[in-house]
Amino acid sequence: MFQIRIHGRGGQGVVSAAEMLSVAAFLEGRHAQAFPSFGSERMGAPVMAFCRIDDKEIRLREPVLDPDALIIQDPTLLHQVDLFKGLRSTGYILINSTRDFDELGLAEFARGFRRAHLLTIAATELAMKHVGRAVPNVPLMGAFAAITRQVKLDSVIAAIREKFPPALAEKNATAATEAYAAATKTQVASHA
Amino acid sequence: MLKQIEGSKAMAEAIALCRPEVICAYPITPQTHIVEGLGEMVKTGELANCEFINVESEFAAMSVAIGSSAAGARTYTATASQGLLFMAEAVYNASGLGLPIVMTIGNRAIGAPINIWNDHSDSMSMRDAGWIQLYAETNQEALDLHIQAFRLAEELSCPVMVCVDGFILTHAYDRVDVPTQEQVDAYLPPFVPRQSLDPEHPVSIGAMVGPEAFMEVRYLAHHKQLRALGLIPLLGDEFRMQFGRASGGLLRAYRTEDAETIVVALGSVNGTIQEVVDEMRADDVRIGSVSICAFRPFPLAALREVLERAKRVVVLEKSLAVGLGGILSDGVRKALSGIVLNGYTVIAGLGGRAITRASLRQLFEDAEADELEQVTFLDLNADLVAHELAREAESRKSGPTAEAILRRVGTVASQIG
Amino acid sequence: MEMQPIKFYQTATFTVGNRLLDEKERSVQANMRRTNSLNSGHRACQGCGEALGARYAIDAAMRAANSQLAAVNATGCLEVFSTPYPETSWQIPWIHSLFGNAAAVASGVAAAMRVKGRDHVRVIAQGGDGGTTDIGFGCLSGMFERNDDVLYICYDNEAYMNTGVQRSSATPPAARTATTAAVGPAPGNVFGTGKNVPLIAMAHNIPYVATASVANLRDLESKVTRAMGIRGARYIHIHVPCPLGWGSAPADTIKLARLAVESGLFPLFEAEHGEIVSSTKLRQKVPVNAYLSLQKRYAHLFGKTPDVARIALIQAIADRNVKRFDLCA
Repeated sequence: MFQIRIHGRGGQGVVSAAEMLSVAAFLEGRHAQAFPSFGSERMGAPVMAFCRIDDKEIRLREPVLDPDALIIQDPTLLHQVDLFKGLRSTGYILINSTRDFDELGLAEFARGFRRAHLLTIAATELAMKHVGRAVPNVPLMGAFAAITRQVKLDSVIAAIREKFPPALAEKNATAATEAYAAATKTQVASHA
Repeated sequence: MLKQIEGSKAMAEAIALCRPEVICAYPITPQTHIVEGLGEMVKTGELANCEFINVESEFAAMSVAIGSSAAGARTYTATASQGLLFMAEAVYNASGLGLPIVMTIGNRAIGAPINIWNDHSDSMSMRDAGWIQLYAETNQEALDLHIQAFRLAEELSCPVMVCVDGFILTHAYDRVDVPTQEQVDAYLPPFVPRQSLDPEHPVSIGAMVGPEAFMEVRYLAHHKQLRALGLIPLLGDEFRMQFGRASGGLLRAYRTEDAETIVVALGSVNGTIQEVVDEMRADDVRIGSVSICAFRPFPLAALREVLERAKRVVVLEKSLAVGLGGILSDGVRKALSGIVLNGYTVIAGLGGRAITRASLRQLFEDAEADELEQVTFLDLNADLVAHELAREAESRKSGPTAEAILRRVGTVASQIG
Repeated sequence: MEMQPIKFYQTATFTVGNRLLDEKERSVQANMRRTNSLNSGHRACQGCGEALGARYAIDAAMRAANSQLAAVNATGCLEVFSTPYPETSWQIPWIHSLFGNAAAVASGVAAAMRVKGRDHVRVIAQGGDGGTTDIGFGCLSGMFERNDDVLYICYDNEAYMNTGVQRSSATPPAARTATTAAVGPAPGNVFGTGKNVPLIAMAHNIPYVATASVANLRDLESKVTRAMGIRGARYIHIHVPCPLGWGSAPADTIKLARLAVESGLFPLFEAEHGEIVSSTKLRQKVPVNAYLSLQKRYAHLFGKTPDVARIALIQAIADRNVKRFDLCA
């Protein structure tokens, strides 16, 4: 079972991201579960969402306490919330930021992880470029597909197409694709 | 057809397939998505021959349902928590009048303090109102139980509550198999009411009944639920034959055949419990669990059969009889009448507190070693409690309890589990 | 539903006079072959205004609806005296659910009829002032706002009579009830702001609102008939004296109802979509004393030293009504 925890703020599409990832996994014939950490609806408040992917039925109903991957949609949460709690050392960290791990003050922390499992990506900028909205979730999903290989890019795009009306879906698909390419490039570079 | 959708949506689709004729509901977290889904289906025409009524309160919702059902229409509503309490009078009225209304409860805690998260205090508050109460373990079962509920309600002329853990199930995306209209039609025939408001055959419904007949009327209601003990498994079997999967029934036992310790619970927490059971079984611990689906009528005999050879039973419940202990525990104890074994009540998950594998593992190990108290509050923050008690002892004007505790807990957003 | 023949002496006093009218315009009660929806044998008190009003109203509705009618009753006097276990005096489909939900239950019945393609079966919700103006107020407003196809009839005897004459929001100022005792410096009910449910109904802009009285049973029948010719939410508020609760002679019920109308205390009017379209003019306005003095619930205002001030306040209410509803010809 692969467990993902997504952190962000209300209005950034954190919950949608978890849902779309679960749909992507479903489209590949796998079992998936997605749910938010629940709170009253309020823009700007810290939110979390969880996604589990497995090849058999998922019975577990606790929040994701030991994630295999963390997606951090809003870096302002970095020193406010204990985002990394429970993350395994083999885990993946994706952060929506134009800065890298060093610049984010996470250099020391990052040393405990595999280089190829860490990625910062300017997801908000990508979203603005292709979709015109500062909602970083979709590019992050593309990047997630690239570095974890838990879902294929095609599946992510299919999930996007299920969720959004056609015009918006295509813009999002493009954003996800560019993010996927950028993440792949970075990963290749980190192997080098 | 397999779909990856929100639990609420899955339930809405199942309910729509049951051809409801009148849907009336008042919004309350966490049931909103179910009713919104149905409302949209009615507006687009996808759900045809259905009146969708936006009512002004939960009391009105159940009342409209009573009128509609009494006039012979298949009727559905949904609520939770405070809303269920607000309609309490009408809830009793519906079962007293023998109206086969189906209602979803998106299980949520009852305030004060106000809390929107999951526990079973709401449906438990109505456990003796005469409604059949079924608990769903998964979103697939939540979907399936609604189909069974209409059939059960109409065969018995008794309303049915389908209890689904709020947020944990209602707001979770899961893989579900949504049946076809043909499959549902084959299982659920059109509603033929026992009584209805019909000018061709006028009857008076709801007259006063005095001491000379009230006992008999109430006995018959009890008798009806006892009949349900037989009907529920039958309908569950028929469901399996028609839809190809096991769903519903009175209860489901998991790895209990040679178990020394058996955990009993309602609803979605059973999934997590089964994971822990598997972990411990891998370590050669003889442990198993029972997921009770029908809470009313309470399956005394079926439960006894599963539990009687165990050394100890742990009842893990999301409900609390304030001043007494467990509620589910009482039923379990009754089922074990005359049998001597160690019974433990664990109150867990109140107000949405997460029930984790790790906590359960520790809990079950303590149970194995018979090192549990009679009543345990799982993951209780003893420090917090002690501090508040000390604070209250200090001064009479200690202020609101809940707020004082919250101040000490700090920013909730920074907590994960 | 079969018409049941009744004895000649059970027909109303209009029987002979009605023979001068076209059949369609005759009082329903004048007919020996009326539907008799609320059959004799019920347990109402002698002189009960509510039983009288209900009998006229429901039979009129039955005629208008071609006997395709279902009634939803709130808890209260009417429900209790009409269904003494194990008997019922209702000859129509009838349901009693709770005290405060008649309007909502009726909405549900109407919805069911609609969805089943049987909306020729009309729905009436009925209750007393307690079940309508107080505990049933929320559901009433909800039904109005949705414009559900329900005619709601309120039988207003101005207190919770069935439970022992306790005060409701419809209890008039100064009236004695069990919870507004006629003692102390301000005996009887308070002089509050009042709660005019017909006006509140009008504020919902529903198709038809009317007030009626058992003083004028033909007017009552015609208003019910008129309401039944309309689809959507309708409200009729009927003033029904209660000899027991008011402390009046059973034989005075209709007389009292007439005095209430003719003093201006109970204006008769009709409204459509929030606007008054007609009101019954007073032939000769009567001072409120004539009405109040016949009721023991106002006895404390009279006697050796009449409470001139309070009676004047009540007179002022009557006078205001006359102006507001344009009651003087």
